[in-house]
Amino acid sequence: MTTFHLYSFAAMLLAALGVYGLITRRHLLRKVMALNIIAGGAFLLLISTAYRNQGAFPDPVPHAMVLTGIVVAISATGFALALIQRIQKQLGQRPDQEAGDENPDQTETSRSGP
Amino acid sequence: MSMTFWLPLIVLSSSLVTGLIIFVLPEERSRVRTMLNMAGATVKVAGVFLMAWGLLAHGIAYEVRFTMGLGFDFLLRVDLLSLAFVSLSSNLWFLTTLYAVGYLEGSENRSRFFGFFSLCVTASTGVALAGNLITFFIFYEFLTLVTYPLVVHKGTPQALAAGRTYLWYAMSVGAVLLVGVVWLQALAGPFDFVSGGVLHAMEHAPRQELTVIFALLIIGLSVKSALVPLHGWLPAAMVAPAPVSALLHAVAVVKAGAFGVLRVVLDVYGKDHAAALGLLTPLAVVVVATIIFGSLRALMQNDLKRRLAYSTVSQVSYIALGAVVLGPLATVGGLAHLVHQGIMKITLFFCAGILAESRGIHRIDQMDGVGRAMPLTMTLFTIASLGMIGVPPMAGFVSKWYLAQGGIQAGQDWVVAVLATSSLLNAAYFLPMLHAAWFKPLPFKPDPETLSRGIVHGRLEAPWTLLVPTLATALFSLAAGMFAGWEWSPLGVAEKIFAGRGSMP
Amino acid sequence: MTHMLWVVLLPFLGALCCLILRGRAVAGTGILFSLAVLAVCTNLLPGIWTQGQIRVELGGWAAPLGIGLHLDGLGTFFLLLTAIVGVLVGLYAAGFFAQDKKHNAMGRHFWPIWLLLWGGLNGVYLCSDVFNAYVLLEVTGLSAVGLTVLSKTTASLVAGLRYLLAAMFASLMYLLGVGLLYAACGQLDFVLLGQDMTQSPATLTAFGLMVFGLLVKTALLPFHFWLPPAHSSAPAPVSAILSALVVKASFFLLLRIWFTVFPALTGQAGSSPVLPPGLFLGLLGGLAVLWGSLQAVRQIRLKLLIAYSTVGQLGYLFLIFALLSVSHGAGGGPSGATDWTAMAWTGTVFHVFSHGLAKAALFLAAGCLALAMGTDDLNAMRNIAGRMPVITFTLAMAGVSLMGLPPSAGFVAKWMLLRAALASGQWWWAVVIILGGLLTAAYVFKILAYTFVPSQDETVPLRPVPPAMTLTALALALLCAVSGFRAEEVIALLPHGLDGSPLSAQGGSP
Repeated sequence: MTTFHLYSFAAMLLAALGVYGLITRRHLLRKVMALNIIAGGAFLLLISTAYRNQGAFPDPVPHAMVLTGIVVAISATGFALALIQRIQKQLGQRPDQEAGDENPDQTETSRSGP
Repeated sequence: MSMTFWLPLIVLSSSLVTGLIIFVLPEERSRVRTMLNMAGATVKVAGVFLMAWGLLAHGIAYEVRFTMGLGFDFLLRVDLLSLAFVSLSSNLWFLTTLYAVGYLEGSENRSRFFGFFSLCVTASTGVALAGNLITFFIFYEFLTLVTYPLVVHKGTPQALAAGRTYLWYAMSVGAVLLVGVVWLQALAGPFDFVSGGVLHAMEHAPRQELTVIFALLIIGLSVKSALVPLHGWLPAAMVAPAPVSALLHAVAVVKAGAFGVLRVVLDVYGKDHAAALGLLTPLAVVVVATIIFGSLRALMQNDLKRRLAYSTVSQVSYIALGAVVLGPLATVGGLAHLVHQGIMKITLFFCAGILAESRGIHRIDQMDGVGRAMPLTMTLFTIASLGMIGVPPMAGFVSKWYLAQGGIQAGQDWVVAVLATSSLLNAAYFLPMLHAAWFKPLPFKPDPETLSRGIVHGRLEAPWTLLVPTLATALFSLAAGMFAGWEWSPLGVAEKIFAGRGSMP
Repeated sequence: MTHMLWVVLLPFLGALCCLILRGRAVAGTGILFSLAVLAVCTNLLPGIWTQGQIRVELGGWAAPLGIGLHLDGLGTFFLLLTAIVGVLVGLYAAGFFAQDKKHNAMGRHFWPIWLLLWGGLNGVYLCSDVFNAYVLLEVTGLSAVGLTVLSKTTASLVAGLRYLLAAMFASLMYLLGVGLLYAACGQLDFVLLGQDMTQSPATLTAFGLMVFGLLVKTALLPFHFWLPPAHSSAPAPVSAILSALVVKASFFLLLRIWFTVFPALTGQAGSSPVLPPGLFLGLLGGLAVLWGSLQAVRQIRLKLLIAYSTVGQLGYLFLIFALLSVSHGAGGGPSGATDWTAMAWTGTVFHVFSHGLAKAALFLAAGCLALAMGTDDLNAMRNIAGRMPVITFTLAMAGVSLMGLPPSAGFVAKWMLLRAALASGQWWWAVVIILGGLLTAAYVFKILAYTFVPSQDETVPLRPVPPAMTLTALALALLCAVSGFRAEEVIALLPHGLDGSPLSAQGGSP
């Protein structure tokens, strides 16, 4: 059991936790948080690969990747929060009601076409 | 790039370009539209005539070929068989357009109608000129698409329902046809239509697969050629305007199906090879069933156009019968019937259209005494009906005679029995109509509204644009029978086709 | 060859310019940049034609460290499709967003976001390693969501959020896969990864995670939930971009991952588990074809119908994974195995191409109809065939291509897929293709039938539609029909082998 393995298992655990949260939580904010937890797992995994060759020297590539990844994740999170706020304002609704509930596609089964 | 390249393209595009221009013409420019239509039709007839002259007199091979990169070429080629079909469709397009101009005078959406009408003829020209199975398929499916707007032209619920029926029939078997074509190409590689068939040259061709492919191809063609049990769309499509019915029955759709059966049996499999594989007997059963069944159903109809529709179901199968009966004379008869049936049936539909337009007659029980009121129309109707029954020396007789001869040649005497039965049935549903029209008194005065429309025509029974095409086709069908012995009659050409296809492309 | 970078750089520059500018200049600048991108993409074509593939190392750093741009025949097609659809949709958008004040405001945001999206798409097609692909995919995804919510209606916001959550989740799954892959192999480059790929629990998990993420982004059947609302509630030009282009980017990446990075797992060289992954994807694809088309038939709103049609049509793309997962020996008939693999590739790429053009044409036409009628309810389309013949013609042409009927690019696609299915002895896929075609016909003719119904009451006046909008929609549909006649060039550029490598020698006859 190397340090690398320890970190990567922790990372996988974190990601799994996030996926669980994403599926079970209905609150939109919690969903976004769950996504960030998955992101945390992914970053931990990436950063641990820098230590892969047992500490002779750290691999710089994963660092670059994680930095980029964090930027992407932050902007996506910000975007999601802005959207949630906007929806809340327009619906006058608390964000814990999941937006996807009122199935917007009205598939009327009437085939009374021409 | 000489005329041998351009002429088939000109013939094909004369109606295509016309159709596309007509689409963008404003609705009220009916004079320009008519001029365009007639000009396109004239160019087409002239082009076909030139090609016929070049091919028959000088043996020039007209061919348009370019690769599409799909492992097959796009190939348009003029051989004798395609010449028969393309000359039929181009001449009848000319007449039907004239008729349609008169018939639809003052109705809505004429630009759309004539646009699709032209595209429809383009498709059937393409079907005729296609030099391989893939090109054939392309135009065959194109035909399905452009006929749909014509069937639903009126936009009424019945029209839309008929259109949907037509589509479901045509599209589903179109898919079957596609599978057959693709499979055959995967098996045999790319090939062109060759008289006598191409598949017998394949030595390692697995018998079972060829049988399945044959079934797929014939099923794929059976909707358009209205073989039982896939004929249901044809009577339903009778809601369309009369020129459309004429087009569907005589020129484009049904003929394309029958023509396809001829191509598959004669030029892909080869009659002998197909017979050796045991494929012709099941097809013969279907064809005979269609001939008898169509006639029987025609007997039961009271609606004039529906009776004619079932008559088509029966008569078109004569063409297929020419392909399945082994005697060579039967092939000649079937080919001749391709033309004969076209000109006779289009006459009948023209007459039915005139009856409906000028007197409001849609059903057979309304036809009492109409011969006295409209002698010219009913004379033409009578000529075509007698031809359909096969009274000598009418055109229908000639084709039936040759079909029967072919049957006897090959020792398939059942053909004679089938033809006799069918002729009796034909007589049974045509003669009562003629009797009613000529010998029964006029039972009631037509309502004033329809009569007042009749007054506009002056002393004629109908506008000349309706009468002239009808007269022309009736005279054609009369002449085709009377002068069948002439070298250039439909029968003569059919004999040439049969004789010439050995040596010519 | 430095100008390969411009393919990515130009749209980003354009986005910046459009962000700074105000008023009418925005649309003009946007169109100018679109044309420039199209020109650069076309300019790349001769190089690809002669060399097969082009590779550029940015800044002179070699593969393991630096960022490389890699373009092959497959990528060129996606680039060109994006450029053609992009330019035409841009021209359409110029008319669309000029219709009133509300749309004006949308248009100001449309151009920068769309050019950003375009840059991301081009980047995906050019990138040479799995991590850059992730970044560019995120750029694409975020800007796509930005376009979805452009109209700011509640429906579009909700759909956009759902889209965003699905996209974020999908990219994170992909990123996890990247992490595992880097841990196991120490490489990021597609080709280098593929060269020394070994089967281990880590690489298998990475493969599963990456493919899973990309499937969600490509909206394969069980993961399609986000697509119909997002694609149908966006403004028409955006719907066209989303349906025609954005979903294709993740599919492209999936092809790369599947055939370049993991040939050892997906080809027949590897072990054969009970259910090969390719067959599994094929099954899902087949189900998507049938289910998506059935759903489309049931819709009564035009844009939703077209959106469900996208779900169905995307299913066809996944048949390639199943078609190429059987072993070479299974093919019957005279044509050898390389023949039908080439057919499968051609069919799939042609399907991407024809679906892109046709779907864009459909959405643009739907936008014209919605502008004219004020709604996209099918019932309102009475007598449209008489009153808006060009739009009806466009709908019909695009529909013909979707059905796979001649003469169209869709026909070529279906023909090739059918032949590949039959030649490799997998006739059941032929059944799926045929059934899908029939269902497609059902919904296309459902639309067309409504246009033929005569209007009962006095005709509701139609708002005039700018001819530029009508004509761009028509141009897309016509392009789709015409490109059906030129399959040869496509075949020469495409991969012929199972590993997805382009054919080095030109003109191998399929």
